[in-house]
Amino acid sequence: MSQPINPLRKYIREGKLPHFFCPGCGCGQILNAFLQACDELGMDPSRMVIIGGVGCTARIPVYLKGDVLHGVHGRTLAWATGIKLHKPQTKVVIFAGDGDVASIGGNHLIHAARRNLDALVVVANNFNYAMTGGQVAPMTPSQVRTMTTPFGNPEPSFDICELVVTAGATYVAREVTGRPVQLERTLKKALTHEGFGLVEVLSQCPTNYGRYALRSGDPAVTLKWIMDRCITKAQADKLSEEEKAGKFVVGEFVDFKRPIFRGSSVYDLESCECCE
Amino acid sequence: MATSTTERAQRVLTGTHFMLGNYAVVEGALAAGCDFFAGYPITPANEISERMSQRLPTVGGKFLQGEDELCSIYALSGASLAGAKAMTATASAGYNYMQEGIGYAVAVEAPIVIVDVQRCRGENFASQADVMQMKWGPSGDHELIVLAPSSVQELFDFTIRAFNLAEEFRNPVIIMSETTIALMRERLVIPPAEEIEIVNRRYTSLPPDKYLPFKANEEYGVPDFAPLGEGYGAIYSLNPHSEEGSIDWDPDVFERLYKRITGKVTQHRNKICKTQAFKMDDADVALIAYGSEVRPCIDAMEMARADGIKVGVLKLDTVWPVPEEQIIQVANHVKLAITVEMNIGKYTREVERLCCAKCRTAVATKNRGLVHFPEEVYAVIKEVWR
Repeated sequence: MSQPINPLRKYIREGKLPHFFCPGCGCGQILNAFLQACDELGMDPSRMVIIGGVGCTARIPVYLKGDVLHGVHGRTLAWATGIKLHKPQTKVVIFAGDGDVASIGGNHLIHAARRNLDALVVVANNFNYAMTGGQVAPMTPSQVRTMTTPFGNPEPSFDICELVVTAGATYVAREVTGRPVQLERTLKKALTHEGFGLVEVLSQCPTNYGRYALRSGDPAVTLKWIMDRCITKAQADKLSEEEKAGKFVVGEFVDFKRPIFRGSSVYDLESCECCE
Repeated sequence: MATSTTERAQRVLTGTHFMLGNYAVVEGALAAGCDFFAGYPITPANEISERMSQRLPTVGGKFLQGEDELCSIYALSGASLAGAKAMTATASAGYNYMQEGIGYAVAVEAPIVIVDVQRCRGENFASQADVMQMKWGPSGDHELIVLAPSSVQELFDFTIRAFNLAEEFRNPVIIMSETTIALMRERLVIPPAEEIEIVNRRYTSLPPDKYLPFKANEEYGVPDFAPLGEGYGAIYSLNPHSEEGSIDWDPDVFERLYKRITGKVTQHRNKICKTQAFKMDDADVALIAYGSEVRPCIDAMEMARADGIKVGVLKLDTVWPVPEEQIIQVANHVKLAITVEMNIGKYTREVERLCCAKCRTAVATKNRGLVHFPEEVYAVIKEVWR
């Protein structure tokens, strides 16, 4: 009897397998949900430009058959800006880790959101710099021990969703690998959104965050740690600020339309469909 | 609306103008087919962005003022890989920031043009102090093509050539401008559009399933291009990559890739390197200079000749790669070669290694935020030529 083949495998570069992600890493689940969303929408990833910077999450694009940009830290949205301005019809999807997009790429992130660049950013938040060995990241929770915060992280963490909502993003949602159905549904909405979209996916990193912060390399322990802290927006509305501390609110935060950035010039404002 | 605006536009302003150097760069870029510009404000390069923001959209191009230089330089690679002829302009400090993006463009063979209007550190005085950074800024092994205009006319002409070289070799090309010429107004003659030679990158004729984005036909060749978003499935990674574009750390793959992307420039040095010779035929003394420093050298040459010293000038239109053959040829025919530059004496070392054992060498440097006066150059000639 022949082995059944995953129908999503048609989108994967065969020669690149096996992938390099650690056992239990959430990146595979994010890739799976993304491809499932594309497949159901009838959107072919091989016609997209898929971008990764540096880090574990940034390797997701290199397994996909689309055109891929990869390998410099934090500049994903700068690439996307050039591509979208020159070739607006191109679908651009960025896969970035929390360190890549919220730290070194933070300036590009807020300005892409402000401009409403027509691109989707999928942020895998695994709460640490994973590929470099488990150092503190902008979205590492306070007090957590990492390889560079041996006495506990003294800094507060970013809420990237709040950050880009404030900056002007037009689709923002947070999901978690432990809710695959909701994650896929969210990615489907984000993929069809016109304008700047950001989906933060809380993702388990058993190898570094698990071992150093949670003292266990078991993927289930890391995933449970995340899931125990996830609450829906409806649940959050019933809690006080104190009760919400340390929780991750999952769900959709904004979904609206406004003019898309076409380039900083009079001509582009004239030709912007959204402005007519 | 867009169409009428485009119809009104004129890409090539054929005619005779009295124009600012920075504006001449814009007109050269438009004449060369530039359709994407990204920049970030910095003096004394701002007039390039400002004029681009007015001119480019009217001919169907896109203008971006990025949030910083990194946005600009990476937007250039993104647009270029999508098929644009892309340019940015900055000044010394901004050029520092752009180094990582230039390194990326080299690695993925994205044709881009960068104008660096050199200035003193943090101040807007004349300088050629970036001549080494111009070439050696990015990390890793790379080759850059750097052109050094000396006048407003050359700012126009060399900008066109910069685009053509970038397209032909799929490599970043730097226009090494200077405060002095960028903010100078001079006569500029723009020829009719049909007289301007335009080079476009070679697009692949292969179907996507046969296309390899980093496969060249020759050992030091340039790969055919396929634009992003057309289903060719290229991976453009900074990391060492195979002909397919996949990240590959095989030492043989690594060596072959870097031999080719540096070799495509160095092995075509004779085509890329251009110089101009002034009264070199009978010269005993050669003044070797680039950029604005060529101007006082020509005056000093005339002063020396009036006094009976046979001086000539070798003007380096291409600074990187070093025009080795042209400098060696001069060294073989003169008794003394003097490098004249507006820094502490950086390019001098390139000239000296080529002149070694062929002729005497000397240097006239100036690091005071001012171009040499002809008398200063002549004073060095008189001092050294005895």
